[in-house]
Amino acid sequence: MNAHGTVFKYGDNVDTDVIIPARYLNIADPDELATHAMEDIDATFVERVKPGDIVVANRNFGCGSSREHAPLVIKQNGVSCVIAASFARIFYRNAINIGLPILECAEAAEKIQDGDEVEIDFATGLIRDITRGEEYQALAFPEFINGIIEHGGLLNSLKARGV
Amino acid sequence: MGMTMTQKILAAHAGVDEVVPGQLIEADIDLVLANDITGPVAIRELKKADLNKVFDKNKVALVMDHFVPNKDIKSAEQCVECRDFAREHGIVNFFDVGRMGIEHALLPEQGIVAAGDCIIGADSHTCTYGALGAFSTGVGSTDCAAGIATGKAWFRVPSAIKVELTGTKAPWISGKDVILHLIGEIGVDGALYESLEFCGPGVAELSMDDRFSIANMAIEAGAKNGIFPVDEKTVAYMEGRVPRAWKVFEADADAEYERTVTIDLSTLRPTVSVPHLPENAKPVEELADVEIQQAVIGSCTNGRIEDMRVAADILRGRHVAPWVRAIVIPATQDVYLQCIREGLAEAFIEAGAVISTPTCGPCLGGYMGILAAGERAISTTNRNFVGRMGHVDSEVYLSSPAVAAASAVTGHITDPATL
Ligand code: SF4
Repeated sequence: MNAHGTVFKYGDNVDTDVIIPARYLNIADPDELATHAMEDIDATFVERVKPGDIVVANRNFGCGSSREHAPLVIKQNGVSCVIAASFARIFYRNAINIGLPILECAEAAEKIQDGDEVEIDFATGLIRDITRGEEYQALAFPEFINGIIEHGGLLNSLKARGV
Repeated sequence: MGMTMTQKILAAHAGVDEVVPGQLIEADIDLVLANDITGPVAIRELKKADLNKVFDKNKVALVMDHFVPNKDIKSAEQCVECRDFAREHGIVNFFDVGRMGIEHALLPEQGIVAAGDCIIGADSHTCTYGALGAFSTGVGSTDCAAGIATGKAWFRVPSAIKVELTGTKAPWISGKDVILHLIGEIGVDGALYESLEFCGPGVAELSMDDRFSIANMAIEAGAKNGIFPVDEKTVAYMEGRVPRAWKVFEADADAEYERTVTIDLSTLRPTVSVPHLPENAKPVEELADVEIQQAVIGSCTNGRIEDMRVAADILRGRHVAPWVRAIVIPATQDVYLQCIREGLAEAFIEAGAVISTPTCGPCLGGYMGILAAGERAISTTNRNFVGRMGHVDSEVYLSSPAVAAASAVTGHITDPATL
């Protein structure tokens, strides 16, 4: 699986309250919810983002609440991958569990800039910044987590195991 | 190799003798929690995956606390989904209006969580129960759904930071000051993927309500969980509440820690975290010029009876400043009732504060105290992110109930000792 798109770049500690503010958490429809993604940090994100685009941020992306709505609205907007220097742990779990690809790579998080064109090979964890002509190597997922992603999320992988 | 308290609880629940940091395990869970925001998402996931079942109707808790009594039609509909699911599956620990309280104050109070348990909850502050010597951590709705159906969860075994508490607390210092200070020291990702293991002679100084408040905010340092050793106070708290056997785990003497942070309680100042991160901790005296328009006393961090008593002691016989709205929200029905019985409710109302039925309300910018652009609140809640309590241009300062109550009286951030 590969990803290819334009980068939306953010800083440290992007929290779940700016990814999807709590005032919208009474909305059940994922498409409607997704129209408010990143609203409090980047009001034009939803207008500008195209399917395949990539979110890059620095440390502790997704910190704060456990709301699964956060990775969901990012995925729902067609984002193909989030790359960060580090992720808050609940966001990390949630992204994997709902099948939003995420990669930890401090070098990529530092060097990739807003608007860059980036390509990712998930099999190898290789991130290529086409605009800058540079390559960065992200950590590959452990096998256990790959299993979840291959089955399209946690619940399907449990069912595949006959739970 | 020796194990930490967290590692021992995880090993026991994974059915193995030993675990090491980084190891991926599947563990049996003693309780799965969800609320009116995360519950519906989990329920929908279960139905979508054709897994509409509950592993044990006694070991699932559903608490309607975030937007209840319902603030609007959409919130009401989310509660209906939870209510129907609870009925269909005979969920024993379903807490609706009239019985409910803020989940992380309610579950310990009602004796539903206990020492040695392994607990997941679709709410990040599920780490609160570490105060009882349990392993508990926040997860998302999908993990929660899997837990509800199977009674199991996957974990990566965390390494640990040891937080050694020493010394004696000064007056007006509470658990909230301890945790705000600690997050100020190590940062909002200072304990990422790790457990915070509290220990040392200073633990005995802390009441259970102090410990709940500290463990509650472990997530604000990025931690997977925060955990306290079980001592006489813990046992006294659980006795008469927890109707079943609990298990006490102790860290091995040779347990390994990534590092040790020492906090001398006697040197702590009343601490306030300024916008927009909990790590921006400052001693209260540096903020004396900061004017506030709202003071919120409540939440899963500080809505327990001791918090109410401290706030009432300050507000009794005084009045909230004319340009300030003071909102007091006892975290559970029991705390609310006790506020009435002890005359605290009267003190709040006479001082010009409002006192509300239990709800998360303003903590997450839900309702009951939303801030306008340019407004500033002092709040005993746990997060001061951009837009957390309302408009993106509003500000939240985090503090203890003592500082919030004192600030409500003066209209600017105030050290209670100076009143
Ligand atoms: S009081 Fe605030 S932090 Fe606690 S559970 Fe409710 S919304 Fe979450």
